[in-house]
Amino acid sequence: MGSPVVESKTGAKANLEVFSATLQELAEQDRDIIAVTSDSRGSGKLVPFGKKYPKQIVEIGIAEQNLVGVAAGLASAGKKTFAVSPACFLTARALEQIKNDVAYSDNPVKLIGISAGVSYGALGSTHHSLHDFAALRAINNLVVVAPADNFETEEAIKQAAASKQPMYLRFGKKNMPLLTEDPNNTFEFGKGRIILKGKDLAFIATGETVQPALEAAEKLKDEYNIEATVISMHTIKPLDTQLLQQIAEETEAIITVEEHSVYGGLGEACASYLLEHGYNKRFKIVGIPDEYTVTGSQTEIFNHYGISKDGLATIAINLLRKER
Amino acid sequence: MTEKELAQKSNQYRQRILKYIVGANAGHTGGSLSCIDILNVLYNQVLNVSPQNFTSPDRDRYIQSKGHCVEALFVVLADKGFFPEEDLNTLCRYKSHYIGHPTRKVHGVEQNTGALGHGLPISVGTALAAKMDEKDYRVFTLLGDGELPEGSNWEAALTAAHYGLDNLCAIIDKNSLQITGPTSDVCNTDPIDEKFASFGWAVKHVDGHDLQALKDSFASLPLEKGKPSVIIAHTVKGKGISFMENQLSWHHGVPSQEQYQLAIEELNQAII
Repeated sequence: MGSPVVESKTGAKANLEVFSATLQELAEQDRDIIAVTSDSRGSGKLVPFGKKYPKQIVEIGIAEQNLVGVAAGLASAGKKTFAVSPACFLTARALEQIKNDVAYSDNPVKLIGISAGVSYGALGSTHHSLHDFAALRAINNLVVVAPADNFETEEAIKQAAASKQPMYLRFGKKNMPLLTEDPNNTFEFGKGRIILKGKDLAFIATGETVQPALEAAEKLKDEYNIEATVISMHTIKPLDTQLLQQIAEETEAIITVEEHSVYGGLGEACASYLLEHGYNKRFKIVGIPDEYTVTGSQTEIFNHYGISKDGLATIAINLLRKER
Repeated sequence: MTEKELAQKSNQYRQRILKYIVGANAGHTGGSLSCIDILNVLYNQVLNVSPQNFTSPDRDRYIQSKGHCVEALFVVLADKGFFPEEDLNTLCRYKSHYIGHPTRKVHGVEQNTGALGHGLPISVGTALAAKMDEKDYRVFTLLGDGELPEGSNWEAALTAAHYGLDNLCAIIDKNSLQITGPTSDVCNTDPIDEKFASFGWAVKHVDGHDLQALKDSFASLPLEKGKPSVIIAHTVKGKGISFMENQLSWHHGVPSQEQYQLAIEELNQAII
């Protein structure tokens, strides 16, 4: 891919680290790149950024509403502003600022939700963001993105910096291997990436759940001769409905996978499109159910809810066995 | 502009506020009348902003945090030539951009406001950008005293002082009444001056209807080098119309035709 930041499969990094390295690379060339943090430069991997470009980082302290309001003001004055805060606080505490000061006022802030989903798994529900897709999808003029791997992350940050569009991007802390090393498999907001092609069913996954979906697809092929398509639907909104339509026609079942509540996220976004367009094949939403969320590491929580190689393979087999 | 001409502007603006509120059958009458003298002085004496320079990165910024008093802002923007005044005949009508709060769909409006406690954080960010770019523009934001309990104001007050934003001026339209009753009864925010001072701001009190005093206050900005400034403007809700002054019912009361005529008569008589 010729990328200065992203290395090969073996050099997998956390998307969060790739975000900060990419932002630093951009800041070097453009002094209008600004990171705004809420005592979050450590968790946002921005300590080196702050040391190298102290004039391009604005520390707000622990005050997320103000973080977003200030970021909107900076962006309105021409700064390419990245507001960086744990996804759980950014998208709940500052929801009104996101809605009004960023989206409604059309101030081109890039909202960066760090340690998203259940990255802070053992810290409990206060630190989980399982509502962000649902809340932000309902806000007009906001692009919502969950990059899956280091390549998608780097491309997303570069393209976001060059865009005037208000956006929310969320990342986790886990090392994410590249989904593909095909240089022709490019990244563009609003265009899902086909990682694997198969005729039997499709996993439409997003963020850090694409990797287990890909592993499940490999297991299904190896052990059951079931061929699965795997899509990285990195952009939750606007949804790539063209690709969704294509997948609906080409496969016999769809399983959506996300590190988010089963309510209001990728799954329901796909479901509403498909229902409105006459889809009547098998369909399953995999995510975090509406319950008091189990705690543990991200991997343990994923395993608990079936967001794993084995879990997703089992869900796929059961779905294919189901009467239509 | 002479002192008399400036006073006449305030009078005209009051007449227009009432005209368009009556036309729309909606609006925040009392608060628009309490802040109009502040807006008059800002737009006619202080701000380096005009329809011609509105896209210039060097223009001064005015961000109205108390967005519900949009009628005051609209009549001033119309007078400054941002749009034809007759556009305001569509105020609050179906599909009109002239809605009950400021939006950037209207030429001259800097930010979409309406939810309270938003103007100050945005203004802090804008003032911070000016400092980063070493630009001379200033940022003014108007807050109602009733919106001060919003915590985001105090978060932003800390940040403004932390970064020494002496290019930022917050004006509190202290009319001491809000929709439920006297601000001191609803959630007492006094002493506002001591609160802001303890947050690291330079503070000045002014009679918010004394045009010369307002001019002088703005001329003395920054009140203190290296500190953000807050001007606490003591105002009267419904100012200028005797039967509206300090009356809670005029928070968003709309005058009847008869009341409107009485109000216009009173304003006409007040022109020297």
